[in-house]
Amino acid sequence: MVGIASYGAYIPRHRLALAAIGGRSAREGGPEKAVAWNDEDAVTMAVSAAVNCLRGFDRSGVDALYFASTSQPFNEKQAAALVARALDLRGDLRCADFAGSLRAGTTALQAASDAVAAGSARSVLVVASDCRMGAPGSGLELRLGDGAAAFLVSDTGVIAGLDAAHALSDEIVDLWRSDGDAFVHSWEDRFVVQEGYVPRIVEAVRGLFERSGTDAGDYAKIALYGPDQRSLATVARKLAVAADALCDPLFGRLGNAGAAFAPLLLAAALEAAKPGEKILVANYGDGADALAFTATDFLSTLEPRRGVSWHLERRHPVASYDHYLKARGLQAVEWEAPAGPGLSATIHFRDRGNDIGFVGQSCNACGAVQFPAQRICESCFAKDDFEPHRLSDRDGRLVTYTFDYFFPTPEPPTVVGIVEIDGARVHMQVVNCPTEDAKTGLPLEFEFRRIHQAGGRPNYYWKATPRSSA
Amino acid sequence: MSRDGIRDKVAIVGVGCCRFGENWDQSPSDMIVDAAYEAYEDAGIEDPQRQIDAVFTGSLYSQAGPHECADALKLFDKPVSMVSNYCATGTDAFRYGVMSIAAGMYDRVLVVGYDKPKDRGVSGPSVMMDGVRDLPKTPAGWFSLCAATYFEKYGAGREDLARIAVKNHHNGTLAPKSFLKREITVEDALNARMISWPFGLYDCAAQTDGAAAVVITRSDLASRYRDDPVLVKAVTIRSGPNPQKDPGNDFLSWKPNGWAARDVYEQAGISDPRREIGIAQVHDCFSLTELLAYEDLGFCEKGSAKEHIAAGTFELGGDLPVNTDGGLKTFGHPTGATGVRMIYENTLQLQGRAGERQVQDPKLALSHNLGGHPTACGIAILGRD
Repeated sequence: MVGIASYGAYIPRHRLALAAIGGRSAREGGPEKAVAWNDEDAVTMAVSAAVNCLRGFDRSGVDALYFASTSQPFNEKQAAALVARALDLRGDLRCADFAGSLRAGTTALQAASDAVAAGSARSVLVVASDCRMGAPGSGLELRLGDGAAAFLVSDTGVIAGLDAAHALSDEIVDLWRSDGDAFVHSWEDRFVVQEGYVPRIVEAVRGLFERSGTDAGDYAKIALYGPDQRSLATVARKLAVAADALCDPLFGRLGNAGAAFAPLLLAAALEAAKPGEKILVANYGDGADALAFTATDFLSTLEPRRGVSWHLERRHPVASYDHYLKARGLQAVEWEAPAGPGLSATIHFRDRGNDIGFVGQSCNACGAVQFPAQRICESCFAKDDFEPHRLSDRDGRLVTYTFDYFFPTPEPPTVVGIVEIDGARVHMQVVNCPTEDAKTGLPLEFEFRRIHQAGGRPNYYWKATPRSSA
Repeated sequence: MSRDGIRDKVAIVGVGCCRFGENWDQSPSDMIVDAAYEAYEDAGIEDPQRQIDAVFTGSLYSQAGPHECADALKLFDKPVSMVSNYCATGTDAFRYGVMSIAAGMYDRVLVVGYDKPKDRGVSGPSVMMDGVRDLPKTPAGWFSLCAATYFEKYGAGREDLARIAVKNHHNGTLAPKSFLKREITVEDALNARMISWPFGLYDCAAQTDGAAAVVITRSDLASRYRDDPVLVKAVTIRSGPNPQKDPGNDFLSWKPNGWAARDVYEQAGISDPRREIGIAQVHDCFSLTELLAYEDLGFCEKGSAKEHIAAGTFELGGDLPVNTDGGLKTFGHPTGATGVRMIYENTLQLQGRAGERQVQDPKLALSHNLGGHPTACGIAILGRD
């Protein structure tokens, strides 16, 4: 059986109150959306979701990585290869970016299933991640949120078998972003809903019902992409979806996470599913996709995942709309990100294992772990006798710290300190850590982040974050 | 290493120092000329092109290398070298000069330390973005890393650091060539804007331009130039691991400090530094750097610095006055100049020429630089006879 063997999610902690966008004062508990902060983007969120998906799995078993997004940071240069390096996956990996459509995530899931069914890969990691922006003050700004979902598609240990899938394609100019545009554009809402979203998604789901001989009543959970509550309700009514089967679209909590939206709803459905239940996910964008799964007994043996609910509970309200504008680079600044060639590409190439993979080394002579890689052991002075040692998924401890008030960040100060990981010491930033929480000995874990934009390119590295018990 | 060492082989016969500050109207060459010609005059050198045998210069920011100094002073057809060793650059340039005299290569050597950070357009260190690791990369961020751990273990706090800044601000008002000449209070220091916790603005050294110079010679030739030459008792530089990566580091002291101190005390035959050393200029790039130096250099027991700060041990009238001219706090820290500026101050103090800030009859004077992350410590000990 081919299907999903594991899943994980990532939703940024920063939550922008929708009231703040309109210039009104936000009240706690009001509608909000998840927003990627200045050190997050589609790639970093994808890495975090993938790490959560792969928790407890041997990473060397991954044969292919499909990255799905409409907002990958480079037009030319593969995001999947960057994500793969950050995850320290095998070198003989089949990598692809699925781009351009909000359906990229579900399309990648189908392609992954096809590859496994065809026997060309045993285990495919699919990561859907999006970080889109509506123009300040626009309706889209109120609706769009950021996030990522990851799935391990395999033929063993399947927790949700793929029963059927149906896809249809259509040409429509409803939502688009041209080269050089920072913001998503939309044609008139009523057109988008009446001629695009509603008829296409209904048609795709009906096609799936026909293909699989099922109807809405067979599904315990139906996760539908939706541009807004009203349009979603129209689709649910047309498909005769029971209220208790319709998955919460997380409007007012997450926001429309683009190519990751339907995948995140699928991840949320898996989190709540029981073995034997049928799950349907339907996605929209230049056509529509519908996929049907049945949860298996393996679902109950999968260790708890850091999924949608885990992330929704971890919130950091954005202090003001200005903070949001600053974090997303939407405010004029005296000094733009340094132009020019930026960081040396040759240094980046040499250091990619250290800086992107966060892989140090352990000394074969004395066992000491050190970072970054070096020729002579810091502890026993043995020369050139090391094994790679991945630090990104290890536990860390804060040895000492300071609060820097000068490093450019929307919310100074920057917490920075010395982190001990398996005995290695690394000087690094600590995120999600209010100054009052910083203390020596603080347990830490690690997240892949954008570190700066020197050269006008995103430059990535790892940051520490207080360790969560779950 | 030979224990024959350097003691009493080399003498300082002339010192000079330009006015430290935001020297908008001075080039590096202008400052080098001010410092070197004051040192020439102090040594009675009237024909430097003939009398100076070699030059060792120290600078961290210079793009032009040793030629900048040679060209400023028109010292050609001579060995001129530049030393770069982070914040210990000045002391290290002095060390090379001293060794070259002791080796018998030269009779008269000019040591010049200088730097000109104020041409960069930033009031503090620039935010470096030359890689992705170890950011933010600022000296305040590096030197503050001992604070959380030290405060936790020994119960010291920002108030103790503030008292160091208050002392150095006071001493700076008495030094004609210092940049900051303003008394501050503990409250001023505590309420200043934060730079890198626990360092507020007043916990940080000023940023200035400056140059300092000394003329050294063989001690048996010294009386030709002055009747009160100052003798080099010991000089060293010690490297250390990057404390940020060093797996054994406890962040309660800086390792190169202790290593360098052990070496110079052995060279100079000092067994009780607290009693034998009369005055000290220690590296106070940040208030905590000075506090840790008190302990790392053996001026007081580990963990006891705050009691000594409260008791005034290190004030001008105390048992062991530290940073008698106001230190980096009030002179600023034009990196290459600092170590040489400290030797200038120690020489004046040993010769009784330090004016209002003169300490009564010091016999031995120590100067100390700590540079890098910190990864290098330089110490020089001078004595009157």
